[in-house]
Amino acid sequence: MLTVVIADDEPNILLSLEFLMKKEGHRVFIARDGAEAQELIDAEKPDLLLLDVMMPKMNGHELCRYVRAQPDLNHAKVIFLSARSKEADVQAGYEAGANLYIPKPFSTRDLVSRINQLMKPVG
Amino acid sequence: MNSLTLIVCSLLYLSLLFLIAYWAEHRTHTRRSLVNNPYVYSLSLAVYCTAWTFYGSVGRAVSHGMQFLTVYIGPTLAAPLWWLILRKIIRICKAQRITSIADFISARYGKNRGLGVFVTGLCVAGIIPYISIQIKAIATSFSVLSGQAGNASEGLFLGDQAFYITLVLTIFTILFGARTLEATERHEGLVTAVAFESLVKLVAFVAVGLFVTFGLFNGPTDIFQQARAIPALRQQFTFGPGHTSGDWFWNILLSMVAVLFLPRQFQVAVVENTSEKHLDKAIWLFPLYLFVINIFVLPLAFGGHILLGDLPIDADNYVLALPVQYGREGLALLAYIGGFSAATSMIIVETIALSVMVSNNVVMPFLVSRSNWQNRFGAVSSTFVINIRRLTIVLFLVLAYIYYRTVSQQFSLVSVGLISFAAVAQFTPAIIGGIFWKEGNRAGARLGLYAGTAMWFYTLILPTLVPGLLPPTLLTEGPWGIGFLRPQNLFGQTDLEPLAQGIFWSLLVNVLGYLWGSINRPQSALEHNQAVLFVDIFRLSRSDESSVVWKGKVVVSELQRLLTTFFGADWANRVIERYTSRHAPATPTSYADARLVTYCEKLLAGAIGTASARTLVASIAKEETISVDEVIRILKTSQELLSVNRELKRKSTELEQMAQQLSEANERLQAADLNKAEFLSTITHEVRTPITSVRALAEILYDTPDMNDHSRQQFLGTIIRESERLTRLINQVLDLERFESGRLQLQLEPVLLRDIVRQAIDTIQQLIREKNISITVQHDIPPTPVRADHDRLMQVFINLLSNAVKFCEPNQGRIAVLTSADGPNLIVSITDNGVGIDPAYHELIFDKFYQLHHKTRDKPTGSGLGLAISRKIAELHGGSIRVESQLGQGATFTVRIPVD
Repeated sequence: MLTVVIADDEPNILLSLEFLMKKEGHRVFIARDGAEAQELIDAEKPDLLLLDVMMPKMNGHELCRYVRAQPDLNHAKVIFLSARSKEADVQAGYEAGANLYIPKPFSTRDLVSRINQLMKPVG
Repeated sequence: MNSLTLIVCSLLYLSLLFLIAYWAEHRTHTRRSLVNNPYVYSLSLAVYCTAWTFYGSVGRAVSHGMQFLTVYIGPTLAAPLWWLILRKIIRICKAQRITSIADFISARYGKNRGLGVFVTGLCVAGIIPYISIQIKAIATSFSVLSGQAGNASEGLFLGDQAFYITLVLTIFTILFGARTLEATERHEGLVTAVAFESLVKLVAFVAVGLFVTFGLFNGPTDIFQQARAIPALRQQFTFGPGHTSGDWFWNILLSMVAVLFLPRQFQVAVVENTSEKHLDKAIWLFPLYLFVINIFVLPLAFGGHILLGDLPIDADNYVLALPVQYGREGLALLAYIGGFSAATSMIIVETIALSVMVSNNVVMPFLVSRSNWQNRFGAVSSTFVINIRRLTIVLFLVLAYIYYRTVSQQFSLVSVGLISFAAVAQFTPAIIGGIFWKEGNRAGARLGLYAGTAMWFYTLILPTLVPGLLPPTLLTEGPWGIGFLRPQNLFGQTDLEPLAQGIFWSLLVNVLGYLWGSINRPQSALEHNQAVLFVDIFRLSRSDESSVVWKGKVVVSELQRLLTTFFGADWANRVIERYTSRHAPATPTSYADARLVTYCEKLLAGAIGTASARTLVASIAKEETISVDEVIRILKTSQELLSVNRELKRKSTELEQMAQQLSEANERLQAADLNKAEFLSTITHEVRTPITSVRALAEILYDTPDMNDHSRQQFLGTIIRESERLTRLINQVLDLERFESGRLQLQLEPVLLRDIVRQAIDTIQQLIREKNISITVQHDIPPTPVRADHDRLMQVFINLLSNAVKFCEPNQGRIAVLTSADGPNLIVSITDNGVGIDPAYHELIFDKFYQLHHKTRDKPTGSGLGLAISRKIAELHGGSIRVESQLGQGATFTVRIPVD
């Protein structure tokens, strides 16, 4: 079971991601903006973060850099889910420290299988 | 005609071909491809008609009657099936980057090297004689025309014109077929030249036909009546003893498959194909071509026999001899060039196809399987591959020439051609089974091919060695006197002529071998994977995931190095970069994901064949063993994914249609709008958000059959709301586009603004009541009619009023509407006590998609287009909209409409 923090300012996308992650058996925490997400990160020390890029108060890139700066979150994986899919956007996502950048709209099965692949123990 | 003139003409004609090919290549580089159209494609297919058609059909008609037609009836009957078979083969070859028939069979049966080598070998053995008879045809036609009939191959090696022609053809073939190494293995210059040659031979043949029919005789009736009087001809054209429908059947069947699987046909029909759509036209154009080129065969055969029958002239040469005998030198030259076209196009395409096979399926797999090959050849691989091809081209043409000088003198054009046909017909079970039957496997393909080939050799090739190498008793009494093993009367059958019975036996054992092996032997995982990819190509080819069966670990930089050796550093870098930015990121030192590995393997396969590519990639990969179950699981997943997508697609047809309208609108907008790029990317973003929700929720619903009712209702409700949001967005974009492009005309009529304001308030009454907002309306002027568009102004007021409602606090909101006049303008102002707007944004809010983020946590729910549309409508009326506001102090929107 993983601890997952999901941040997106579209409530309907949150709805679907939350359901999906719970169905996979994870502990799920949701945030409607960057600041809320930051609080959850501090409190819950997630293993996995699913982040929108454009959010009020603190955007996905800033959040991701914040996660990367926490020594006790070394293991955490960050996945961006964004409707911006230009090469430059993808590039910026990875530069911010993401493990995966998945363009919206995404396939839920694909998302789940890529998460499983990502979270598989190394070796 | 003297030999020098002929040589000069031949060389001039070849130079013309050069020019055409060069010009076509040039156009390809400037992206104005000539080859990308169905007519050139159909004409290039006519490489099927070789010197055998041009000269041999007439000869065959004289000696065998109507039977010459079977090789044209076959393709004509089979053409409708192309849509089923050829289209599938083309799709498979494009998806897997297959470049020859040997590659195809090797790839289908688990990228097996041995099969590739065998198929190549059989092609070479079957086709070299076929090439050599083309050389023979050129040499014979040369000597007929230059008046040295009968001694074409006399004299010294170096004194033989055929030798020089072979030499020139070698150079031409190398120049256009083996110049650079490309991942697609297509040669547009060559195809154009071949299409041109098809035209030339058609025109030449028809011209001779017209001359004989109407110049030497009084039309076709005349020829046929005179021919009836000749007993030898009558007998050939009457069905009786010696003619069986069995012969016809087997000949027709043979040519049905030959037109698909001869190396040159595979080259032009599949490898050089630029679009599957071209098939639609080729299906009737190619048979039409065959029909036209055959119209005059009988008149020429009869005419030739009537007029020249008493002279020592081979019926194969009537096409040339008739104009020569009657002093038409120009026409004779044209006929010569026509035959030359027919022979050269065949030689060139066939040789190139064979050379690709040899380099990709024999030499490369052998070399790359050596562990130290990269050290030795690493730096020069692409040149190396090219050089192998050049070498094979030279080798084959030399072999064909030697065969011509030594063996081919004793056979007619048609008989050698048919034996070649029978060789390639052996591929039929492996190919047809391979694309329609998943259980067909390597053991079956091998067994069928070996058995069929052995039978082909025994029944068709052995008899040609009699009486030279073997005693004639072999045919009359059988080997060691065993009668039922006589090659031409195997197991005592006597109903079929030798060729038909050879085809019958070889195909019979081939099919049986294929079936037996496939049913009784197991299939490896890789084989099964390839089988599914081939058979289900139409279901899988849209999906990238279709071939993810590489479980190896390959470092990205290694892959890049491999591509560099064959395609150069620039190209390799570009490929990797493009791939990683589009699909999955990778650094040079990270492991490439399975799709990248598969993708690179396919690129390599295009250049060096599937088996070699597999070996090469395997050499740098630590491949993990993968079980059959795993392959099936992977394939199943991708198939399920496809079916989910189909389901979703069906559900969203309506949305798609709107998206279509939207994109059409976008195209028009592009022309008008300077900020089009930004506008489009914004629209895309705005459209993606609701689509993301709809898709995710719909997929979850689909995948969670046991979901509780509450969640189900919530999900479905959200899907409906998001679809409505999308609809609204699309409608507004369409509106805006109509305004901006000027396609929407205002319906001007006298209206009272106060009436419109009242109706607008009525329309959003529900919203006002829900938030418990008080609204007042005041008129400072008497009712004054203006000419305006009622519905559009209503749209403006509804938009402004609902914005006001949206930004007011519930229960405390107040909205005041005031109508007044200012000189020539009527004014409607709408004031609210909501959150207000910072003056810095007063202009920006009228921009498309500009939305302010407020302190409230909710994202703005509108489309971001309302104010832009409102302003546009006011401007179309000659008026304006402005806003006055301070942050936190409410806002006033003022609409001005001129009175006249």
